[in-house]
Amino acid sequence: MSEFPFLSVLTLLPLVGAAVVGFIPRAKAELAKMVALVWSLIVLGLSVVMWLAFTIDGDRFQFRESYAWIPSWDARFTFAADGIALVMLMLIAVLFPVVILASWNDVDQSRRSAPAYFALLLSFEFTMIGVFAAADVFLFYVFFEVMLIPMYFIIGSFGSGQKQYAAVKFFLYSLVGGLFMLASVIGLWVVGGHTFDFTNLVESTAAIDQNTARWLFLGFFVAFAIKAPFFPFHTWLPDSGGAAPAGAAALLVGVMDKVGTFGILRYCLSLFPEASRWFAPAAMVLAVIGIIYASLLAVGQNDLKRLVSYTSIAHFGFIGIGIFAFTTQAGTGAVLYMVNHGLATGLLFIVVGMFVARRGSALVSDFGGAGKLVPVLAGVFFFAGLASLALPGTAPFVSEFLVLIGTFSTHKAYAVVATLGIILAAAYVLWMIQRTTQGTLNPALTEVPAMSKDLTLREKFVVAPLIALLLVLGFYPKPVTDVINPAVQATLQDVGTTDPAPSVVADGKVGG
Amino acid sequence: MEQTVEFAPATGVLSSIWLLVAIPLASAAVLLLLGRRADKWGHWLGVLSVAASFVLGLVFFANLAGLDAERRSAELNLWDFIVVGGLHVDFGLLFDPLSGVFVLLITGVGSLIHLYAVGYMEHDPGRRKFFAYFNLFVSAMLLLVLGNNYVMLYFGWEGVGLASYLLISFWYTRPSAATAGKKAFLMNRVGDAGLAIGIFLMFTELGSTQYDDVFNGAPTLAAGTVLIMGILLLLGACGKSGQFPLQAWLPDAMEGPTPVSALIHAATMVTAGVYLIARSNPIFSANTTLQLIVVSVGALTLLIGCVIGSAKDDIKRILAWSTVSQIGYMFLGVGLGGGAYALAIIHLLAHGFFKANMFLGAGSVMHGMHDQVDIRRFGGLSKHMKITWITFATGWLAIIGIPPLSGYFSKEPIIAAAFEREVAWEAWVFGLAALIGAGLTAFYMTRLFVLTFHGPARWTDDIKHPHESPPLMTIPLILLAAGSIGAGYLMSTSVADWLTPVFGEEQAEAAHGVLSHTVITILSLLVTVLGAGLAWSLFRKGTATEPQPAGVLVTAARRNLYTDSFNEAVFERPGIYLTRALVYLDNKGIDGVVNGLAAGIGGGSARLRRLQTGFVRSYALSMLSGALLVVGAFIAIQLGWLA
Repeated sequence: MSEFPFLSVLTLLPLVGAAVVGFIPRAKAELAKMVALVWSLIVLGLSVVMWLAFTIDGDRFQFRESYAWIPSWDARFTFAADGIALVMLMLIAVLFPVVILASWNDVDQSRRSAPAYFALLLSFEFTMIGVFAAADVFLFYVFFEVMLIPMYFIIGSFGSGQKQYAAVKFFLYSLVGGLFMLASVIGLWVVGGHTFDFTNLVESTAAIDQNTARWLFLGFFVAFAIKAPFFPFHTWLPDSGGAAPAGAAALLVGVMDKVGTFGILRYCLSLFPEASRWFAPAAMVLAVIGIIYASLLAVGQNDLKRLVSYTSIAHFGFIGIGIFAFTTQAGTGAVLYMVNHGLATGLLFIVVGMFVARRGSALVSDFGGAGKLVPVLAGVFFFAGLASLALPGTAPFVSEFLVLIGTFSTHKAYAVVATLGIILAAAYVLWMIQRTTQGTLNPALTEVPAMSKDLTLREKFVVAPLIALLLVLGFYPKPVTDVINPAVQATLQDVGTTDPAPSVVADGKVGG
Repeated sequence: MEQTVEFAPATGVLSSIWLLVAIPLASAAVLLLLGRRADKWGHWLGVLSVAASFVLGLVFFANLAGLDAERRSAELNLWDFIVVGGLHVDFGLLFDPLSGVFVLLITGVGSLIHLYAVGYMEHDPGRRKFFAYFNLFVSAMLLLVLGNNYVMLYFGWEGVGLASYLLISFWYTRPSAATAGKKAFLMNRVGDAGLAIGIFLMFTELGSTQYDDVFNGAPTLAAGTVLIMGILLLLGACGKSGQFPLQAWLPDAMEGPTPVSALIHAATMVTAGVYLIARSNPIFSANTTLQLIVVSVGALTLLIGCVIGSAKDDIKRILAWSTVSQIGYMFLGVGLGGGAYALAIIHLLAHGFFKANMFLGAGSVMHGMHDQVDIRRFGGLSKHMKITWITFATGWLAIIGIPPLSGYFSKEPIIAAAFEREVAWEAWVFGLAALIGAGLTAFYMTRLFVLTFHGPARWTDDIKHPHESPPLMTIPLILLAAGSIGAGYLMSTSVADWLTPVFGEEQAEAAHGVLSHTVITILSLLVTVLGAGLAWSLFRKGTATEPQPAGVLVTAARRNLYTDSFNEAVFERPGIYLTRALVYLDNKGIDGVVNGLAAGIGGGSARLRRLQTGFVRSYALSMLSGALLVVGAFIAIQLGWLA
């Protein structure tokens, strides 16, 4: 089974699906949706098989495949997955069918073509799988840029509000970041031994001159920091998240933004260890500011989708400190955070989408007391909020705890400030819940017939898998942490840092 | 050097202790998932699940008692929760003498209050959901006291916070209830952040969060480290237990249904802070400055609670402030350390009985008086609600400390212990605070009792014949009243010995206080009688039903000693302004800079506007220039210009 070319098949499968769905005529919208759903479920099935085939204590990179592409540059179609990429691929495989099912009726009201929308979603899945599965820096760069295209059209054509503005802003931000990265990619090729193969580069980058390495690091880092996004590169996200259809917004922050943090872990840390250590304090400062700043902004939002976008920026701050604290716990926590945030914020966006679809507005002030009308939907909304504020029992608690405890052992002050973020998280979640679902019923809601319709069967199938995963991983995260841990340790080995010993042991006293 | 802490692995029957947590949790899940289908019988499932945990708790307790005193504990690792690098956190439980008494309190009093709630919530359409949350609370609270490490404790800690939030905001359509729930959760989170950082510090210093590792390692730590660790844990404890400076949420929590106030905000959850400090006794005993801080918090809070409690007219809020004050006594006890750890736990257990009794009694009064909570609108109810009156009387006599009721046996020793502090000024300050508190307690509780049950009726016009509550509600009252009377004696004779494996042997009677024990006993009885007598003579003829003008102190007490105003002025308003300013800044400032920058690069704002309106041509042009750059660069490389 290990001979099976998992990664290339997984990457291409959704692309073929997109082509098939795209050719279904507009009139047969239901068929297109069904094909898209089944197709994404097949991808999920294959991903599960791949997960089972992964050897936890085996090689760092598994399922390696390599095909010739541009021989003169030594750019190859090389795919390989370490534990970090594997969990991200799994997250993608889980989220897409859920989002497809959640977006079932999103296009029906508009004049747009439903098959086109679902084909765009599948082609987006293709780019997402590709970017995480690539083990060739040039291939990674290509996917990094190509993934903008389907999302651009999803926001620009199927979004709401200032969708054109948001789409262009999204595109330009990413493009600017991409150009920085391109410069670094070229530079890396020049000084790194004329190869794009990641494994070879890890060997050869050690010889790069210190200053050059720092410049190259910066090029990658800016691209990833915009993508993630980290403060102060974040202003595109609330616009995009606010304008994108809810399901696509879930994918945007749940999966696409993780390319940024994934890229930092894979490419910045492993290829430029000295530069990573040198830049780490600055990155930590940005991340901590991001946590507090974005949380406060989330408190002040009056648009649900923008609010959730700001909570994501705060969460990316946590991931940021987790990456740059350089301890096993913080690093593993950061990767686990990427997974859990995808599930929790994905759920939150999807539920917000259900509210918006009913009310026809995303403004907090257009709701009020909605729990009376749609108790189950309000309950799911509350659960998603709890996961977002990292309550124990939900998966995000484990990742937030790991990030903070791991950061504390090397950077006490940052960890303490970041911990204050958990108070603000409670504030923005509970205030959002209070203003939308609690209190006296907003009379305007009773005039909207859709607001009296609680979760449909389809919607229950959408939220149930996410709720179940959040709970299971909240109580038993070990299957995931065991996969992530070796990859993080290998990365930290590249960086050249080791976990600090407990003070009691370090002082030579006998501990417990 | 302290004795090594070592827990015995769970064997035999004790390896099933996980059922204690699992049964109420499963019940909560069933009630939530089945939805309306469970409306008819859901409440009985809720009662049964807690009763089942109680019966199991008794079995486990008996088993534990059968073990040798040295190995009287049962540790059970269910699965590896978080294992990353040097961090190893069990999903593990520990059943030992301390968690054992908490299990019995939580499930025992919990069963009675669940039973009472069947009657109290009978006409509420959300009764099934109420029992689901109630079960969830019991499960989380049991996890809190049964965890074998600080992360498990934190897990349960946040779980009870969630249940508390859900139940305070149970009538969520009332804005005041929704706000009170949010306030409770947020103030608790402030404490939780402290607790969390304390746990991080343990890992950094000791490499573990398991109780045995931490307790054995604590004495080897530097004094400053222990002090900081202890203050962080104390912050968590203050949040959960409504102690100064995080007390303001607890009285507002009375927005929840009365059984919630009885179980969560009187008998069990709010005592979690006391549990945390008692459980962490090797940390707190390792630093005298730390103990002094705990004692000071306790003494200050017990006085704050008494003073405000004396000025309130809402029956539930008086009881809530009285809870704040009584937990202050418990903090005083755990802060004093040594033998007073056990005293605090005994007072906690006794308080669990008599305060639950009085809260349920208050609920019974409200039930008969159309949900009236103003004691100025009661009066003369002793004739109409005989069972409620008598059971409430036992609670009242117990809390003010009249022998032989339970409060006397549990509170008076704490006062005596405060007078026994080694430093003379501390002995006087804390001893007198506890003594004055006893007098004030007698005053405000007597005021509450007399205005409710005696004197002339001052009812609102809609009430003709107040009725006694149904047996479903009075039977739990009677049982709790029995506990209020008898439990104190039982516990003061046996619980201290029982807890020895947790708190260590009490040092021989070395301490001699500034006053002899007999003098303290006489003094505390004297202030109690004075306080109660004063209140009785002032209020036996009733009181005005409208607010009366008052002096500076009473006005301050009515306004919670301005603590709410302080929070509003210092945290809330600046927070709101800061948020508004940031929203403005983010839209105009950072985004403006970015847009401006883009405009500058792109050659003027006109082009930017064009980009923003989304001309496909424009971005295609950008793409093209990017692509050209790629190609150009690689051609350059190919030609060897750069290599």
